[in-house]
Amino acid sequence: MNNFTYQKVSNPNDALNKISKNNAANFIAGGTNLIDLWKYNLAHPKTLVDINGLNDYKIIKEDEHGGLFLGALATNSDTAYHKLVEERYPLLSKAILAGASAQIRNSASNGGNLLQRTRCYYFYDASSPCNKRNPGSGCPAKNGLNRIHAILGTSEDCIAVFPSDMCIALAALEAVVHVKSPDGEREIEFSNFHRLPGDTPELDNNLKVNELITGISLPSEGFAENYSYLKLRDRNSYAFALVSVATGMVLENNKITKIRIALGGIAHKPWRVVAAEEFLVDKSPTEENFASAANMILKGAKGFGKNDFKIELSKRAIVRNCIMALHPESQRPGAQPSL
Amino acid sequence: MKTSKQIGKSVNRLEGYLKVTGAAKYAGEYDVPDLLQGYIVNSTITKGKILEIDESAAHALSGVVAIFSHNNRTKLPWFDIMYADMDAPPGTPFKPFYNDQILYNGQPIALVVAETFETARYAATLINVTYDEEPFETELAAHLDDARDPKKGIATLIKPLPPSANGDFEKAYNDADAQYAGEFIHGTEHHNPLELFTTTTVYEGDGKLTVYDKTQGTSNCQIYIANVFGLHYKDVRILSPFVGGAFGSGLRPQYQLFLCVMASLELKRNVRVTMDRAQMFTFGHRPQTIQKTRFGATADGTLTAINHTAIAETSQHEDYTEVVVNWANMLYPAKNTLLDYKLVPLDVFSPMDMRAPGGSTGLHAIEATMDALSYILKVDPMELRLLNYAERDVSADKPFSSKELKQCYLQAAEKFGWANRKSEPRTTRRGNRLVGTGMSSGIWDVIALPAKAKASINKKGKLKVKSAVTDIGTGTLTVMTQIAADSLGIHIDDVTFEYGDSNMPLSPIQGGSYTTGVVGSAVKAACESLKKKIFKKAKKMNNSTFNSVALEDVVFEDGSIYLKQDKSNFVTFKEIIADNDGKKIKASKNNIPNVLKLKQYTRAAHSAAFVEVEVDEQLGIVNVTRAVTAVAAGKIINPKTARSQILGGMIWGISKALREETLMDHNLGKYMNTDLGEYHIPVHADIHELDVIFVDEKDDIINELGSKGVGEIGLASMAPAIANAIYHATGKRINKFPIHFDQLL
Repeated sequence: MNNFTYQKVSNPNDALNKISKNNAANFIAGGTNLIDLWKYNLAHPKTLVDINGLNDYKIIKEDEHGGLFLGALATNSDTAYHKLVEERYPLLSKAILAGASAQIRNSASNGGNLLQRTRCYYFYDASSPCNKRNPGSGCPAKNGLNRIHAILGTSEDCIAVFPSDMCIALAALEAVVHVKSPDGEREIEFSNFHRLPGDTPELDNNLKVNELITGISLPSEGFAENYSYLKLRDRNSYAFALVSVATGMVLENNKITKIRIALGGIAHKPWRVVAAEEFLVDKSPTEENFASAANMILKGAKGFGKNDFKIELSKRAIVRNCIMALHPESQRPGAQPSL
Repeated sequence: MKTSKQIGKSVNRLEGYLKVTGAAKYAGEYDVPDLLQGYIVNSTITKGKILEIDESAAHALSGVVAIFSHNNRTKLPWFDIMYADMDAPPGTPFKPFYNDQILYNGQPIALVVAETFETARYAATLINVTYDEEPFETELAAHLDDARDPKKGIATLIKPLPPSANGDFEKAYNDADAQYAGEFIHGTEHHNPLELFTTTTVYEGDGKLTVYDKTQGTSNCQIYIANVFGLHYKDVRILSPFVGGAFGSGLRPQYQLFLCVMASLELKRNVRVTMDRAQMFTFGHRPQTIQKTRFGATADGTLTAINHTAIAETSQHEDYTEVVVNWANMLYPAKNTLLDYKLVPLDVFSPMDMRAPGGSTGLHAIEATMDALSYILKVDPMELRLLNYAERDVSADKPFSSKELKQCYLQAAEKFGWANRKSEPRTTRRGNRLVGTGMSSGIWDVIALPAKAKASINKKGKLKVKSAVTDIGTGTLTVMTQIAADSLGIHIDDVTFEYGDSNMPLSPIQGGSYTTGVVGSAVKAACESLKKKIFKKAKKMNNSTFNSVALEDVVFEDGSIYLKQDKSNFVTFKEIIADNDGKKIKASKNNIPNVLKLKQYTRAAHSAAFVEVEVDEQLGIVNVTRAVTAVAAGKIINPKTARSQILGGMIWGISKALREETLMDHNLGKYMNTDLGEYHIPVHADIHELDVIFVDEKDDIINELGSKGVGEIGLASMAPAIANAIYHATGKRINKFPIHFDQLL
């Protein structure tokens, strides 16, 4: 870990000012990912701008559109256990609690959760080639240990997956990300926040240089009646998803009027296929219909050998999770499969 | 004070309070003045030569004191024998910094010593190494044709090679009414005790060192360091009173010890070297092993033919071996056997013992094969074991010193509710989940070795017993204290057991489940010797009423010697020592097992595990919902600490069957999941109902205590029982460990 300058800020403009003057500066909030990367010799910030003093971004409150605003600096735990989140957006609460460990969730911020880096083995090993870490050096995962890697939206250069659970629920909820920069403020739809690797896998998302995430707003529809998060992994806690599914559904007279399905663990960003969701509208919530939607979602999926199983597994997971969403009370701790 | 028998009592761990309050100090926690910190640089290539190590940027960093590598190392001995340790397999031991050759990925190639750990770690990232890379081979499955017989050495004595073939296997197998042949693939596993390997070396001057090390053998490290660095044995003191788990990883001196001592001697300073978690994957491991079985039985279930072969990896420099294929015929008395064990040297570090080495590997193949046969024969899996129950070890043509395995089966089956089981696979469901049950036998050797202990009693009537042995978290301190208290008939509060120090009487490395039996017997022997001396003094006292009394006529109880016939006639230890001018009475005993007697018997602990699993039919997710393990391990000195050992073994079984695997990229020759986020061991949410039964077993042969040890036996039977339960649940027999849920889709 190199020597660095540490600065604490107490207002957003000060934070943006400090970061924009310094190429090797990073914001630090919970630090649950950056410190790891630093210790592993994968990140080398020269300046840390500590934004934990930006108290305005710690709040969780109802907004004027009937939705909920989640401050970027509210912790993952505070968000998951917030009364309004539990009542109105239980999908988000369950997804957050399926991730990491209690200690990490207590420290990790909402903004930081969006920015966590892939857990690809090769990315995490400073001496291995990796196009994401060291553009142009190659991707050993394609012909190597790729059981945990992507099956959708991959590129020649990168098959890494985005590891968050929280963001899969946020994608299903169609959240909006609020950012601030010296040029002003803007909003980014969740589906446009993260990106596919293409030929610039070093970029995980569409956040611009010198932009600070200030919060995430959730629309008024929280799918509190019919929702489910399912996480399939190699152990029941403290493991990243091989496949995860977030489903939110609105039913009327046993017909689907609205449904959102987002997948994690299979792509460089939370994966949604709008056409599949539209297909299900006005249909009955049956296994057959969900299976048809699952086929649409997985269209074009491609395995790399060790992760071929994810294609069929994703389809089955979508079907199960949509059925689980009809019985949200059946959910088990850690987003294990139920029913 | 009235004393009660301590052996057999669930005494709480005596050091438990120190451990839970953080007062117990581990090797990296000693507050030593002017301490320098070392950080290790590891090779990033798998095979080849170091051409250049550019240290300029690292040296330029403020706080960097020295950088060591093969270029500027201490002068080292040439001969391999000087690097040998108590657990060294045949071959050439790895010598850190010996030359520019790279033997494996992750090999230590430099040590940065700095004023702080953070500086040393950062400086290590600034060192630029240029290599000349050579092609390498790391994949066992690609080199099965290169398998060869292992070299023999001292290690072969406790790890015997397979017995020679019996009868005519091929004919018997071909003639068998029921046959099963399987291939069993086990990946690499790495030790991941919570405590990282760390050494703190205190430079005492005059060639003297005090070394706090994480190890399973203080005497072992003392001899190694003295030999390698040309020091006098008495000048090297290794201390390791608390060990945060080891499981075999500390049986051999690890390279951080070597590097730390070298830096301390060169710099004449106090130095600490700590491995990080990724570096815990750069030394010994449980080897990749590929096994094949062919078992044949008659229609009534009598096993007639056993063929079990294993091919395991080793390094290019040592022939590490395990006992993988010797167990089947010890458990099941088939007349026709063909057993074979071979090695393939690869460009990896030498494998090393990891909890139930070989046994936990081989038993999976044996017990899954038995399970498969039971379905072919339509015989209940436990019934098939009982049908083939060995009252005598036919593989060695010897009786067992004791064997209550049958009781293990029966008592565990009763507690588990095995009788209610539906025999057909895929017949029980809970919602989307298939439910299955399976069982397995377990076996582990009882090893006897010499050990020494000293005992002394002071004027306050307090007993002190000493041994160099460690306590790797198993409860050794508590158990030895119990044994000493009972041996002398003294209250447990009046006993101190001192240990974990190479200045104390020589002890073998702590492993193989033998420590309680081996060191416990030495403690008992030292106490018996002390009793004789105390009694002799008692007889010499003025007005002694014991003048014409023999040792057999008295009992040692409540801190006194009583005449058996007349308990009103007694003398207290305090009175005896007061009469000895207040001087301590001391005894020392080197306890050497009676090898000639022991050799006449097969000595083993046994177990039986019964497991229930749930498998999600569409998604494959497996949960071990409940398990019962019954153990026959002779006398259980402390049921509470013993139960913890068995529970730990059962959880490791869940890990081995379903979780644990080090993944190597064979294109890079490198282990890739080298952290506890990606190297999956079970979490709390993976563990459900676990139950342990200790079956009564009396054994007068194995050692003075009749204790067989429980470190390994809990693991031996667990993993195969899980694989068998998964078959019963799903009808799918997965012979590759760990079983990942996607294999069950």
